[in-house]
Amino acid sequence: MELTGAQILIKLLKEEGVKTIFGYPGGVVIDIYDELMKSDIRHILVRHEQGAVHAADGYARASGGVGVCLVTSGPGATNTVTGIASAYMDSIPLVVFTGQVPVHLIGNDAFQEVDIVGITRPCTKHNFLVKRTEDLAKTVKEAFHIARSGRPGPVLVDIPKNVSVTKIKYKAPGPVKMRSYNPTCNPNKRQLQKVLELIKAAERPVIFAGGGVILSKAPEELTKLAKRTQIPVTTTLMGLGAFPGTDPLWLGMIGMHGTYRANMSTAHCDLFLSVGVRFDDRVTGKTDTFASQAKIVHIDIDPTSIRKNIPVTVPVVGDCKCTLEELNRMLEGVDLGDLDKKRKPWLDQIQAWKDTKPLAYEQKDIIKPQYVVEKLYELTEGKAIITTEVGQNQMWAAQYYHFDKPNHFITSGGLGVMGFGLPAAIGAQLACPDHIVVDVAGDGSIQMNIQEMATAVQCNLPVKVVILNNGYLGMVRQWQQLFYDKRYACTCMEHAPDFVKLAEAYGASGFRATKPEEVESVLKKGLSTPGPVIMDFVVEKEECVYPMVPAGAPITEMLLV
Amino acid sequence: MLDADKHVLSILVENQPGVLSRISGLFSGRGFNIESLCVAVTTDPTVSRVTLVTKADQMIIEQIKKQLNKLINVIKVHELTGSPFVEREMVLIKVHAKPEHRAEILRTVDIFRCKVVDVGAEHYTIEVTGTEEKLDAILSLLKPIGIKEIARTGVIALFREPK
Repeated sequence: MELTGAQILIKLLKEEGVKTIFGYPGGVVIDIYDELMKSDIRHILVRHEQGAVHAADGYARASGGVGVCLVTSGPGATNTVTGIASAYMDSIPLVVFTGQVPVHLIGNDAFQEVDIVGITRPCTKHNFLVKRTEDLAKTVKEAFHIARSGRPGPVLVDIPKNVSVTKIKYKAPGPVKMRSYNPTCNPNKRQLQKVLELIKAAERPVIFAGGGVILSKAPEELTKLAKRTQIPVTTTLMGLGAFPGTDPLWLGMIGMHGTYRANMSTAHCDLFLSVGVRFDDRVTGKTDTFASQAKIVHIDIDPTSIRKNIPVTVPVVGDCKCTLEELNRMLEGVDLGDLDKKRKPWLDQIQAWKDTKPLAYEQKDIIKPQYVVEKLYELTEGKAIITTEVGQNQMWAAQYYHFDKPNHFITSGGLGVMGFGLPAAIGAQLACPDHIVVDVAGDGSIQMNIQEMATAVQCNLPVKVVILNNGYLGMVRQWQQLFYDKRYACTCMEHAPDFVKLAEAYGASGFRATKPEEVESVLKKGLSTPGPVIMDFVVEKEECVYPMVPAGAPITEMLLV
Repeated sequence: MLDADKHVLSILVENQPGVLSRISGLFSGRGFNIESLCVAVTTDPTVSRVTLVTKADQMIIEQIKKQLNKLINVIKVHELTGSPFVEREMVLIKVHAKPEHRAEILRTVDIFRCKVVDVGAEHYTIEVTGTEEKLDAILSLLKPIGIKEIARTGVIALFREPK
């Protein structure tokens, strides 16, 4: 069978189960688009290539599959870099196809030529430049395999124009075999035995879960472990939803904007059982005082995450799901004693921390952003998929929306990309058409990818945008307030568009609330209006996110309301 | 780095374009250091061996090895330091050879069992092979006579087989 490179690519995408692609056409990918149009793969035409990658990211997270993008060479390719870097930090499986100038022009500074493989080398899990049509099929298979296996991540495949045009005799590639890539999935039993002994001996244990638990689809196993052992659970920002946010054992999020009880429990625990985390500086604060009374267990599929930032008592390299399953199995016959009695002093202490310093705010004459998120939680019964932008909006969403299920909180955790939420919401909505998908945004960050409203309208995707509009780049302003004597250098958005009119200009609906008593009705109206909606909440301008641990301080040194 | 020791790593990689930049990019991007680096193909044309010397404390060298292993094109990472291994490095030294210094230079060449590979009216080029320490030693002896330029290969090394 004779096929062009473009035909081979589309054939392989279908074999990989790709149903949706996010992209933007251009000169060197016209041939691929020509073939794509003939297939039943749905193409979502974004308005900026960065949006394509974030949308693919949101799609991957909401669906638990791989997100796919297709863009052109040069600026098309460079525009994907922020999205790729974000997916890399958060370990999200993506395959990004970029067009490239024909092989004979590579290195000539041709029109729209850029060395995207060189540019993305440090922010992809792996990348490829395909120089011969004969190598295309094998490369595409390897790209998907690498993206979704082990610790997932984005993979970029650069396809020169002549590779997609050339016709060859097609030979189906065999199963992927790579001598240099074999991630360890099964944990070492002897290490797990040590973990078991630590669990048995612990009096003040804490489970600390991260995005790895969600990526390996292990929240059920994690919940089972926590309940069986009666160990309270905290998570990272990326781990929200890995454990039910309404469970009595739930401690809330850890870290810079974590709850008082989560950070205090971490500081006072004697066993810190970490699963699928990487001990980011926003979690640990000052590392040498972090969980300093505890024996630390660290389970992760990526050996580089272990002992990178924090010394560990028992390291376990393995897939979170396999490891937790095995641990639960090992616990089956084990007598843990009278857990109710054994855990009581510890759980009582945690309750006392919770009672003295709960998450709090006071709703007076001006709308409080926390109030908006709380009302959103109530009205959606905690079932919405929430995406966020980055900054205060992200932290309030994390603190005040309680996630009972995984894949419902989609945020740019590691890289912290403003402009992530709207395109990610588009991707999530495509993956989960029957869910309510809400982007919790700030008035600053929404403007970074606001153009994707057009995508939402064109594709008739009913994403809802909740803007917590304080007229500031709020999180930076908060730092300036707290640590720079209120010198608000360049953080005041003195001019912003009228978001209601802007929504209407895009063909979406817009609503605004300026008083606390309007919040509920605007949310109700916005959530029940078909199609994309922007809801603009004019909130308290100088509200801060609390608790807050100053950067580099021990996580017990929290600034509270 | 206070307790940074020298570590010799022997890394087998896929012999493909871009692999070296993945390795060097990893070191620069994460703030690790490269003392020397040698790359050439092995007897298997699809595999190259990278011999890399770095200075790092225990926690960092562990990270370096793990991060190298994580690169998709890296097949195997061995740390030679800590086990018996042979190491060699070569240097070409172009030294000023005025008539009054010629005899002394040749004597030094003789003592170090190295050889002169190029001779001119005003210079000798000397080839020296050995450990890093040996190379440093001859360089310091020739320095007062006047070294024009040098080219060093960096260390290559292999494990010793059990006897």
